[in-house]
Amino acid sequence: MKQTPLAQVHRALGARMIDFHGYEMPVQYVGVLEEHRIVRSRVGLFDLSHMGEFELTGPGALETLSFITTNDPSKLRVGEIQYTMLTDKDGGIIDDILVYRIEEGFFLVVNASNTQKDYAWIERHLHNGTTLRNRTDELALIAVQGPYSAPLVEDVLPVSVGELKSYRFVDTTYKGHKIRLSRTGYTGEDGFELYFPNDLAVTLWDNLMEKGKRLGAAPIGLGARDTLRLEMRMPLYGNDIDQTTTPLEAGLARFVKFDKGDFIGRNALAAQREQGIGRKLVGFTMVDKGIPRQGYTLTNEQGEEIGHVTSGTHSPSLDHPIGMGYVPLDLSQPGTKINVMIRKKSARAEIVKGRFLNQKEGSK
Amino acid sequence: MTEKKLLFTKEHEWVLVKGHTARVGITDYAQNELGDVVFVDLPSIGDLVEEGEGFAVVESVKAVSDIYAPVSGEIAAVNEHLEDSPELVNESPLDEGWIVEIKMEEPSQTADLMTQQEYEEFIKGV
Repeated sequence: MKQTPLAQVHRALGARMIDFHGYEMPVQYVGVLEEHRIVRSRVGLFDLSHMGEFELTGPGALETLSFITTNDPSKLRVGEIQYTMLTDKDGGIIDDILVYRIEEGFFLVVNASNTQKDYAWIERHLHNGTTLRNRTDELALIAVQGPYSAPLVEDVLPVSVGELKSYRFVDTTYKGHKIRLSRTGYTGEDGFELYFPNDLAVTLWDNLMEKGKRLGAAPIGLGARDTLRLEMRMPLYGNDIDQTTTPLEAGLARFVKFDKGDFIGRNALAAQREQGIGRKLVGFTMVDKGIPRQGYTLTNEQGEEIGHVTSGTHSPSLDHPIGMGYVPLDLSQPGTKINVMIRKKSARAEIVKGRFLNQKEGSK
Repeated sequence: MTEKKLLFTKEHEWVLVKGHTARVGITDYAQNELGDVVFVDLPSIGDLVEEGEGFAVVESVKAVSDIYAPVSGEIAAVNEHLEDSPELVNESPLDEGWIVEIKMEEPSQTADLMTQQEYEEFIKGV
């Protein structure tokens, strides 16, 4: 199993470690509920060094990226970040990624579970004069998330983040080394992600923990990362989106730019847009007792199978079970009653609109 | 709690026998492994359960765990506090976090269960 540069630190903090797509990662330190609340009310530190990072540079970089992703990277200026997807020729989602526009080209952040697949896919589609470099094994990533993330970052790094808007980044320095700071995250809270060389990881983590004491900062595991993102209805690759689903079905159409020129999957997605999607990713809350879990069957009011739960949990902020799944388009309207089959029993649920958690409710 | 004579299963349930009634819960080891309990799916009073049968479910944020009947009999009581306060399973697994009471036809069926000392040896090997 691979380890991040912070593996020993996690163990010393009493983390429970699990195998997460080949990486030994902390799933929880003190408990998912407590860690979840810390991020919603104070600030949490996440080791996300398992995530994949690539650099795409050279005169063909923009052309390459525009052809393999659904969003339009030509719109990005240096310092800006875009959420986008790699799609196959059928419009299936290969991965959902972040693209950072850097001076030399683009910096790509991909899901840990897809790093090798994405690298091979991008390499296959490089235009002339383009260089792809995999920086995953040399870079560490710490996310600082929560309402007190800004003062903590400013305490540790020589930056003022007042000017740094959401989905923007700056390159700064820490102890003489280059560090990339972006205002991004996967929690729905204000937050930052810090990319830097592995050697700095322990020092920077300890520094953030030390300076974070007065703010009530704590380390957060992958367990709470999942409940935090699900409350915000953010899709997780491998659960809610994969190569059998398209951006249009997943409600991610705003990240597909049909007018930017050709890209892999464009024809299939244009046809799907023309004909209409047959199913849609929806969020639902439980009416009856029970927690929806990935893979559970969804049924209509007549008891006929209509789909499956793709993600489900007990929402710590709402103290209520929530889930996501694909249902036929005619059953996707908010307010529609569906059922979740939980241990052979049918439990009623209702489709809801938008995020499960209104951010203001969450920040207490 | 140490005064009372608890018996244990390999599935990390504890059993407290009083006459024909067996009170059942999960052990401290089990609740710790499971993490924050957020839902307990309880059986109904009057349900018949057979030894080894899954009759209740304890769910943490991440995991779903079956509770297996340590003895055969009829569900005589369920801990209704767990409906609103499932966290009692974490906070007080051996006492306030009890799950059900089973009325046994044959009290002798607890003979195969582990003593506290045997269980402590058992979890060292897990």
